[in-house]
Amino acid sequence: MTKWLEQPLSWENALFFTAMAVVFLLIVLLYVVYAILFERKVLGWMQWRHGPNRLGPWGMFQTVADVLKLLFKEDTIPRKADRALFIIAPALCYAPSFAVLAVIPYTRELYFADLNVAVVYYAALSAISTIAIVLGGWASNNKYSLLGGMRSGAQMISYEVPLVLSIVGTVMMTGSMNLRKIVEAQGDWFWQWNFLPQIIGFGVFLVAAVSELNRSPFDLPEAESELVAGYHTEYSGFRFAFFMLAEYVYMFAIAGLASVLFLGGWRPPAPFLDFIPGIVWMILKMAFVIFFLFWLRATMPRVRIDQLMGFAWKVLLPLAILNVFVTAVGLELFIKG
Amino acid sequence: MIRTEELLLNVGPQHPSTHGVLRIVVKLDGEVIKEATPVIGYLHRGTEKLAESLNYTQIIPYTDRMDYLSAMTNNYVLCYAVEKMMGIEVPERAQFLRLIVMELQRIASHLVWWGTYLLDLGALSPFLFAFKDREKIVDLFNELCGARLTYNYMRVGGVKWDAPPGWIDKVRDFIPYMEKQLQDYDRLVTGNEIFLNRVKGIGKYDAETAIAWGLSGVNLRCTGVKWDLRKDEPYCIYDRFEFDVPVGKNGDCYDRYLLRIEEIRQSLRILKQAVEQFPSSGETMGKVPRVIRPPEGETYVRIEAPRGELGCHIVSKGKAEPYRLKFRRPSFNNLQMLPKLLVGETMSNLIAILGGVDIVLGEVDC
Amino acid sequence: MSEEQKREESRPAEPEAARREDAAEARTGGPADARVENAGEEKRDEPAAEGGRETVTAREASGGGSAGTEAGQPAQPQPDAASDQPASAAGAEAEGKAAPAGDGDGARAGDGADAGTGKSGGEAADAGKAAVDPEREAKIRAAQEARAARLAAKAAAGAAAGGAAAGKDAAAAEPKPPSPKQPWLDEAVELLKTEVHPEAVEEATINALSDDMPTIVVKAEHWPAAAKLLRDHEKLGCRYLRNVTGVDYETHMEVVYFVINMETKREYAIKIRTDREHPSVPSAVPVWPGADWPEREIYDLLGIEFPGHPNLRRILMPDDWVGHPLRKDYVPLDPEV
Repeated sequence: MTKWLEQPLSWENALFFTAMAVVFLLIVLLYVVYAILFERKVLGWMQWRHGPNRLGPWGMFQTVADVLKLLFKEDTIPRKADRALFIIAPALCYAPSFAVLAVIPYTRELYFADLNVAVVYYAALSAISTIAIVLGGWASNNKYSLLGGMRSGAQMISYEVPLVLSIVGTVMMTGSMNLRKIVEAQGDWFWQWNFLPQIIGFGVFLVAAVSELNRSPFDLPEAESELVAGYHTEYSGFRFAFFMLAEYVYMFAIAGLASVLFLGGWRPPAPFLDFIPGIVWMILKMAFVIFFLFWLRATMPRVRIDQLMGFAWKVLLPLAILNVFVTAVGLELFIKG
Repeated sequence: MIRTEELLLNVGPQHPSTHGVLRIVVKLDGEVIKEATPVIGYLHRGTEKLAESLNYTQIIPYTDRMDYLSAMTNNYVLCYAVEKMMGIEVPERAQFLRLIVMELQRIASHLVWWGTYLLDLGALSPFLFAFKDREKIVDLFNELCGARLTYNYMRVGGVKWDAPPGWIDKVRDFIPYMEKQLQDYDRLVTGNEIFLNRVKGIGKYDAETAIAWGLSGVNLRCTGVKWDLRKDEPYCIYDRFEFDVPVGKNGDCYDRYLLRIEEIRQSLRILKQAVEQFPSSGETMGKVPRVIRPPEGETYVRIEAPRGELGCHIVSKGKAEPYRLKFRRPSFNNLQMLPKLLVGETMSNLIAILGGVDIVLGEVDC
Repeated sequence: MSEEQKREESRPAEPEAARREDAAEARTGGPADARVENAGEEKRDEPAAEGGRETVTAREASGGGSAGTEAGQPAQPQPDAASDQPASAAGAEAEGKAAPAGDGDGARAGDGADAGTGKSGGEAADAGKAAVDPEREAKIRAAQEARAARLAAKAAAGAAAGGAAAGKDAAAAEPKPPSPKQPWLDEAVELLKTEVHPEAVEEATINALSDDMPTIVVKAEHWPAAAKLLRDHEKLGCRYLRNVTGVDYETHMEVVYFVINMETKREYAIKIRTDREHPSVPSAVPVWPGADWPEREIYDLLGIEFPGHPNLRRILMPDDWVGHPLRKDYVPLDPEV
């Protein structure tokens, strides 16, 4: 990919980039289909039941059927809803999630953009989805949606801060915000990956990431038992599918980010294992992070909104700052000095 | 001009967490509740009026449908009231069968409560674990009387069906299985930080308030008042068995949670003793006249249903139908304190508190 | 057959009295199984009897004089030869039929009366027709004599057992060992009379059917003070109100409050009577807040007002419902319901 990006932009290059993007989109959509299925399967197994198993072997075609069902549903817009905002919100939610995937290096050669400020790029784009959720909640003209949207806005903004701060430690250790360089700077053996020296940062990152994704135990915006369905109560059919799609693509992005920042990206856990291509390792690590998210959903009850806020500002933020401080001291004393 | 307004929100009647068709009209200021008014009556079926034209045996299926998660205790209260008025003696085996099914029913009811309470709080899995165990109890009932939810099992003077051979052994096997499951559930949920944060200190009230408001069952015992009708006004053959009555200290949701789990344990203890002492043979119906006609007069009996004090007040004019039949339903009396508990709480706490009261709308509306 | 049965029924118009007498006799000396058998038969026929009895008496009053005098007499009369003939013929027939385990004519007569009510149409008319058949007349006379003999025997036995019966009756007439809850009742009545108002208590009984529950009828205007006394006086201290029931007796309405003192287990059932045109009972909510919803339910379903209740609205029926469903004279507006 590097050589393609370094060439000056010509029509062939542009066409090639577009084709790659489309292919990648299709791969991501395929991923979403099977992530949804496996979430339901894993949840089911943890709850002593099979998940979906009727459609296709192991329920393989379940999500396909679900998507088809959603496509065929009537597209209702509540009469008093704000039409323009109502229609824009799902699309606005989805677009940044896909755009973020561009900066994640999947292997040494497979990446779509080589940004020197990749971390900041990620943080900035994911905030746009926050706006979209608040927009969806407001535009629905429904008190439950409004409550959900407000909660979500508060939550996501609060958790952006510890999320980004927890990455600062890694950036300091690498000396660059470029995600490719961060992967390359991590060692060959798994104990040299960033999650061990940056264990506090890793912890904060995971918790903040779960909250950013609006997943259990932080799924207040869509708290089923309290707000019926929170901000997407009034959305049905394909618009609802867009919100779900955005959530799962973000999961992909967070998994990618976590793997790249803390788990060594496409590096094998030991040098003698490098005959297995990097993409396999990347996929394995991402799968592990995603499984961890499913696992959390099956196990934990939901946190209350005020406890959530308290947790972000009073616990995670100080921890993240502490992490930065300790990293700085450590770098100064052990690595440079 | 920006101004703040109070938000009027309808929680229910269709809502995943209101445990039936309950509507709570909530005035919110942001996320804080200023006023909450429960509106009930969506499930009112006129059982008491219908009872005035049916004879007592015909009313028994109606009682099943009141507190449908705890139908055996409903059956029992009606039969007990009529038996008391007529002075009918129930044979030993029937008493034991009644006690065993009532305690099994208590466990099943508390399991449903546990699963749905945690589902309301956001934990998806305990709901399925609870129902898996409840399936075992419901299968036992299915074998005994043919129904899984509305049993129509008891009759004035005894029970309708005798235990099939091997049934008591199945009950005996269920007890250690359930004890082990309870241990697992304790480990999974009771110490969970998030869960504790959601329920500790929520929905607190003291013993004075509880007694003044006429609460009963776990809602009363969580404040420290040791009042369990199985011990204080014994009925059936409860006075032959040893069991404890768990009593809380703080009067909050967490105490109610712990008490119900402990009550399952105590029910298992009663079951163990009952199964050991179960008479190997005997009648299942006492001597009852063909037409059940209590003498003229009235009576009020009460038992400890899983949700509280379930009472039955019969005014009889000597006919086969009651002149007035009134059920004192625990959920109805327990729910009236809800507005008082909810002022100043947030929406999430509304769900936690409402779940902790453990209501069944079939009973609230009768 | 049916005619004879009908005629027999028309005879004693007080089957109830007869039955009660017989029941009393049976308790002292009659064969138990006969009683049960008769009771069974009676009760089976009872529902029909109710409606029928009125028509029987009415028709008797209007119809043949013989039937009328018949109705007037108690069940074990000396059969009045002339007027009795047809009826007693029928009676004899029926008796002949139901010979085994005689418990006295009254019972069976009552039986007959009950049994026939459904078919009681035209009894008096039938009474006239049957006298014609001579064979039947002979049978009737024979049965009559048999009955007379049996009555005489019973009278003798009754006289013999009369002493014992009288003794037992006397014993039954006094309250059997005074109930242990009698002192509770007396104390409460005493306190109510002295501390509330000498006229506050209308009646005070022990309800043997309900575990000897002390039952006090309090006048409505003294109820608030009486309630406070019940709750606050140290001897009574009934702080727990467990149930409030409203009952519609057709002549008046009643509200029953069940209170208990949890420490001493002292309990009372307090009844307050009120009339049907403007039923009103002072609310107990100021004393026991737990009376809130039960009183609302009674208001909703029976129409009894509770002045002093903070929020007396309908609770189970829709707010715009007309009428009070649990009343005995309630007619649903929608005839199909």
